[in-house]
Amino acid sequence: MTTLNPPPPAAVDYLNHRSGLRGWLLTLDHKRIGVMYLASILGAFLLGGIFGLLIRTELFKSTKVFIEADTYNQFFTLHGVIMTFLVIIPGIPGALGNFVLPIMLGAKDLAFPRLNLASYYLWVAGALLAVLAIVMGSLDTGWTLYAPYSTTTGMGGVVPVLLGAFLLGFSSIFTGLNFIVTIHKMRPPGMTWFRLPLFLWALYATSVIQILATPVLGITLLLLIAERSLGFGIFDPNLGGDPVLYQHFFWFYSHPAVYIMILPAMGIVSEIISALSRKHIFGYHFIAFSSIAIALFGFFVWGHHMFVSGQSTLLTTIFSLLTYGVSIPSAVKVFNWLATLRGGSISLRTPMLYALSFIFIFAIGGLTGLFLGAMATNMHLHDTYFVVAHFHYVMMGSTLVAMIGGIHYWWPKMFGRLYSELWSTIAWALVFIGFNVTFFPQFVMGSRGMPRRYWSYVNLEEYTWMHQLSTIGSYVMAVGFVITAIYLVHSIVAGRRAPANPWGAATLEWRCASPPPPHNFDEPPTVGDPYDFRDLRYDPARAGYVPAAGS
Amino acid sequence: MTPRFPALLAQAGEPTTPPADTFWLPAPSATAAPHVDTAFYFIYWVSVFFFVLVVALMVYFVIRYRRRVEGEPAQGGAHHNTALEITWSAIPLVLVVVMFYMGFRGFMDIVNPPANALDIHVLGQKWTWIFTYPNGHADTELHVPVDTPVRLILTSNDVIHSLYVREFRIKRDAVPGRYNKIWFRATHPGRFWALCTEYCGQQHSTMLAPVVVHEPGGYEKWLAAAADPFQTRSFAEVGAMLHQKRCSGCHSDDGRPHVGPTFKDLFGKTVQFTDGTAAVADENYIRESIVNPAVKIVAGYPNVMPTFRGQLKDNELTAIIEYIKELSGAATSVPVPDPAPEPAP
Repeated sequence: MTTLNPPPPAAVDYLNHRSGLRGWLLTLDHKRIGVMYLASILGAFLLGGIFGLLIRTELFKSTKVFIEADTYNQFFTLHGVIMTFLVIIPGIPGALGNFVLPIMLGAKDLAFPRLNLASYYLWVAGALLAVLAIVMGSLDTGWTLYAPYSTTTGMGGVVPVLLGAFLLGFSSIFTGLNFIVTIHKMRPPGMTWFRLPLFLWALYATSVIQILATPVLGITLLLLIAERSLGFGIFDPNLGGDPVLYQHFFWFYSHPAVYIMILPAMGIVSEIISALSRKHIFGYHFIAFSSIAIALFGFFVWGHHMFVSGQSTLLTTIFSLLTYGVSIPSAVKVFNWLATLRGGSISLRTPMLYALSFIFIFAIGGLTGLFLGAMATNMHLHDTYFVVAHFHYVMMGSTLVAMIGGIHYWWPKMFGRLYSELWSTIAWALVFIGFNVTFFPQFVMGSRGMPRRYWSYVNLEEYTWMHQLSTIGSYVMAVGFVITAIYLVHSIVAGRRAPANPWGAATLEWRCASPPPPHNFDEPPTVGDPYDFRDLRYDPARAGYVPAAGS
Repeated sequence: MTPRFPALLAQAGEPTTPPADTFWLPAPSATAAPHVDTAFYFIYWVSVFFFVLVVALMVYFVIRYRRRVEGEPAQGGAHHNTALEITWSAIPLVLVVVMFYMGFRGFMDIVNPPANALDIHVLGQKWTWIFTYPNGHADTELHVPVDTPVRLILTSNDVIHSLYVREFRIKRDAVPGRYNKIWFRATHPGRFWALCTEYCGQQHSTMLAPVVVHEPGGYEKWLAAAADPFQTRSFAEVGAMLHQKRCSGCHSDDGRPHVGPTFKDLFGKTVQFTDGTAAVADENYIRESIVNPAVKIVAGYPNVMPTFRGQLKDNELTAIIEYIKELSGAATSVPVPDPAPEPAP
């Protein structure tokens, strides 16, 4: 590797080069858009989290605790809609992907900065429609909006939420399109496909799913609106429709959407594990290709959500087999991360704590998927708390934990400040313990047969202690998140200045100053292996890593 | 893979005594349950093995290779190994193929009934289950003979519901506009619950139906008595029973407001409707409200009641009317000709 220029003193960075509200709201800088996404998505996460806590509180006893059945049904619906469409799907690509992708690639911005800003405002419009739905009489359909319940329920918020999800879908498509074009066309000289950091491979695979699957969701939502407001008979058998058709359409998007959620999370974990153990990622090619394989095969497993719906036994058999097929690349990624740790120089700073938690939680989330993929056990476990626990281990415990890990990893780059590692470690412990206490008991009650979406469990009191444990865990987790919010905000105001490369990572974003200058790079960076750490040495004076002198 | 698995395979035969709940699963009480449980425990022990392996390696590596001084370089090691990567792809692949096959076998057992199965029609509607027996009797409880194959033919007349009996390990959606089927053979007498597991609205969590597995001979006796309750009870008594089974999900009989108006003191009262009109609640009004509920909507209540036309016989409608009269202090019920009150069987 050739000599690198030390990063120039960051007199002008993307945060201070232009002030005023206009400079933010109309910015075309991917970094500012990423920060706006991050703030908005964390706001939505707060709202969705509050609904989650209210649900758990109501379930503390088998009878009514503080809300009626109708209210409970609205709360779990809003929790699901907000967390899925406003937080988890757009979260990592919108916030971290936007900020990191061009810098990691060595580019000055995304290919279409205006499209990027448009995707953010579509997200905002979708979020406002969701809030409007709450005001307009709410909705009680569950986030899956199964017909004919969703086309016949008397609550007034269904159409606004459908329109909101439709807009969010376009936001997602715009982001995916932008990422694909950027990765294809804006790589600097030397950035070959196999020098792409794995986070970018993951975002690339995610983008492919976003632009292929999301239109199906958009059309489905429009059909639902047409049936509900104009009486078109698509899904309601009273109008000549078929309710199972809705499920096919819905899961044709919503199962691949699971990979929209988990693939970027796996990308973050690959970056953190390699950088914080200062060791080359194990099996780079396999991890890169497995992201693409998961993205493609993920399109052929949607029917495993419908084993008891009345879909034909032949289809069920095929979907079960394909589902098991798609489990292998995920399993092998876990082995690759373990092999990366072996022989490394493992630092237990906060991003690594979250990455290791990801492996722990994703192992449980993935392995419990095996129970649901088998046709016979699926019949017993379908629509019980076992499913609830499984997808929370994957979506929340894996995707959100990786996202929080990613936020901690790139925070010094985004804001040029270091947070308190004492407090971040305490908060991590609360989140990790709280998460497992909340959701592990749900596996037990689910395999013992507790159905999901029950407001009360009179006559099913044997599940009480598990529900109570789960509720207590959710409060512990909430405390962890509140502490996280406090120290992160505090770091912006009063944190120590971050060095350009606090973790010793070799990807390009760490070559820029922290925070980066407005156009990232003054000249195209020289590109090497993103996981070769040999030329980086620790400089105690800067509390960060610098290129090894004389190399 | 794990030493306990062969033992579990061995115990998966026909149970001789009523089994007990385990930590993970409710007591298996139908012939298909052991197949499901065998698949469950095979996947369970494979999962436990891999989870322990992954976490143990992770913890070991973190301790063994922890960074002692900031800046310490990695000891290093290969960053790929084709033989190893193929091995750790192939072993899980073989295991998941076994899992698939076990799941497939168990599922085929549950969905393919024997030819001589007893057919019971199941109708899901907000928020009760209605089971119709071969003699035409409709009931909100599922009664079956022990050790007899029973086939359930499910449908719905509003939204999607799903019937689930935990101890039998069976579950099937009741979808409007189509028939879904599932079967089971209960292995011992007892009482269970059939739960609704597809979210269906406000009272989803109370859509539970009792399941009674009878000793040999008990089912026929129960069905004969249930099919004609008027032989042994007055109209008002039958009405009270029908209220309990069919109406109490939405209408109280003690004056408490619920999804719909209470039955208490209803008869003879002037009722206000959402369209501004009013009527005195007499026999014809109550009958109309049951068979054609959307015509007159009581002010302050949502229009959600399904019709019971065809589900309640004429004498059952009369029984409910007489029960409401009794609750309103206006009982004019004449005891039926053959009064031989006897406790229910």
